[in-house]
Amino acid sequence: MNQYFSDLLNGARSLIEGFGVTLKALLSPPVTVQYPRETIPVSAGYRGHIELIIDEESGSHRCISCGTCARTCPSRCIEVKGEKPEGGKRKELARFQLDFTRCSLCGTCVEVCPVTALRFSRVYGQAGYTREEFMIDVLKRAGVQK
Amino acid sequence: MMTLLQQLPPECIRIVIAAAVVIGFVFANATVMGYLERKLAGRFQRRLGPMEVGFHGLLQMPVDGLKLIGKQLTEPNNVGGIVFYLSPLIAMTPVALPFLVIPFSPHLQVIDLDVGLLFIIAMISFNTIAVFLGGWSSNNNYSMLGAMRSVAQNISYEIPILLSVLSIVLITNSFSLKTIVLEQSRFWFVLVQPVAFLIFFIAGIAETNRAPFDLPEAESELTAGFHTEYSGIAFSMFMIAEYTYIFINCALATVLFFGGWHGIPLPFGEYSSCIWFLMKTYLLMFVIVWCRWTFPRVRFDQLMNFSWKYLIPFSMVNLLLTAIVVKL
Repeated sequence: MNQYFSDLLNGARSLIEGFGVTLKALLSPPVTVQYPRETIPVSAGYRGHIELIIDEESGSHRCISCGTCARTCPSRCIEVKGEKPEGGKRKELARFQLDFTRCSLCGTCVEVCPVTALRFSRVYGQAGYTREEFMIDVLKRAGVQK
Repeated sequence: MMTLLQQLPPECIRIVIAAAVVIGFVFANATVMGYLERKLAGRFQRRLGPMEVGFHGLLQMPVDGLKLIGKQLTEPNNVGGIVFYLSPLIAMTPVALPFLVIPFSPHLQVIDLDVGLLFIIAMISFNTIAVFLGGWSSNNNYSMLGAMRSVAQNISYEIPILLSVLSIVLITNSFSLKTIVLEQSRFWFVLVQPVAFLIFFIAGIAETNRAPFDLPEAESELTAGFHTEYSGIAFSMFMIAEYTYIFINCALATVLFFGGWHGIPLPFGEYSSCIWFLMKTYLLMFVIVWCRWTFPRVRFDQLMNFSWKYLIPFSMVNLLLTAIVVKL
């Protein structure tokens, strides 16, 4: 008989506590974001696909087309090609292609680059209908015509 | 036209108008409740709820209604023929009848039956038949289980409802809802019968198959319970019936325990005091939605134990005490 009434009291108390919990949730502001119209800031450690850093002084990228990134890449998804212009001494970057479908965002290319020419972009929420949409022309994306 | 109207007895015109208003109200209530429930569900979970259709999602429910009307009625193999299509109708049709006796304000009552209370309770029980027929004829194990649970649940919870209502009847000496409201002009019966109110309210939630007693349509175990196989308009008829039964239950609680239309006097109080009635009713409906988003679903044995071990003994003791006090 004691059990009977203590069950009743405990149950009633826990129900009232439950009401309190949900009432608090009802009165506090929503935490969700109306996604396509609102976005939350991208966190500092976010890794998008790699991109070339544009040097502010020269207005161009720093890549010397040494190909270290392409050789180090465990997924072999980077293709770098340099061409020596006629009369020039240094090779110039002609093609920097990233196969993002294979990239695991390990970041070895960013770490290994001798001139720190690479970084992760802030591009997120990528989705596409074809494989070709993820063959990213990193050089063209950097917007340097040289 | 006017001569025709004059030839008809005024009672006839009154009934036609009342029927139109009641049916309009049934649909309006389902729309408002559907919107409120989804919005409140969102806020209880710290979401925003419907936001896309119309201002703050206000048009969501009409649009959903149109979608449901436009949908095909799918019929599974070997369903119980006419019964399959009859059961949403049986769910939907009797919901309008209790409105006939509910006193919204002193003058806004279609008919003041001497046995109004019994009439309402009898009409509410119709829902069980609809749920059972729908579940039985669907040719689906989940539907069948849901229907069986619904019948067992409704039978066990009908008893505490009747016993708790009886204690009010003992005080007022009347089954007429209007008389019960008039008796509460000085104080509300919830003050003298708090236990009866609690029992009535809890059993009412179980009667309308609402969470945490929504075992007949327990999503996690029975897909959608008795209305698993219903689509389109048939499904929406079950939903409209459910929301209307919630309204009727809360309206009955308002009449029996919260003084019906009584409140701060208003101009044209004979009619406008239905504002108080509707406010109290919707406040109780808010509490029901609040319950749904607070409590987890009970197990079936817990459901039965709760009714037979707690609600029924307590309502009996309450009834006995009321009888003694009234007699003294």
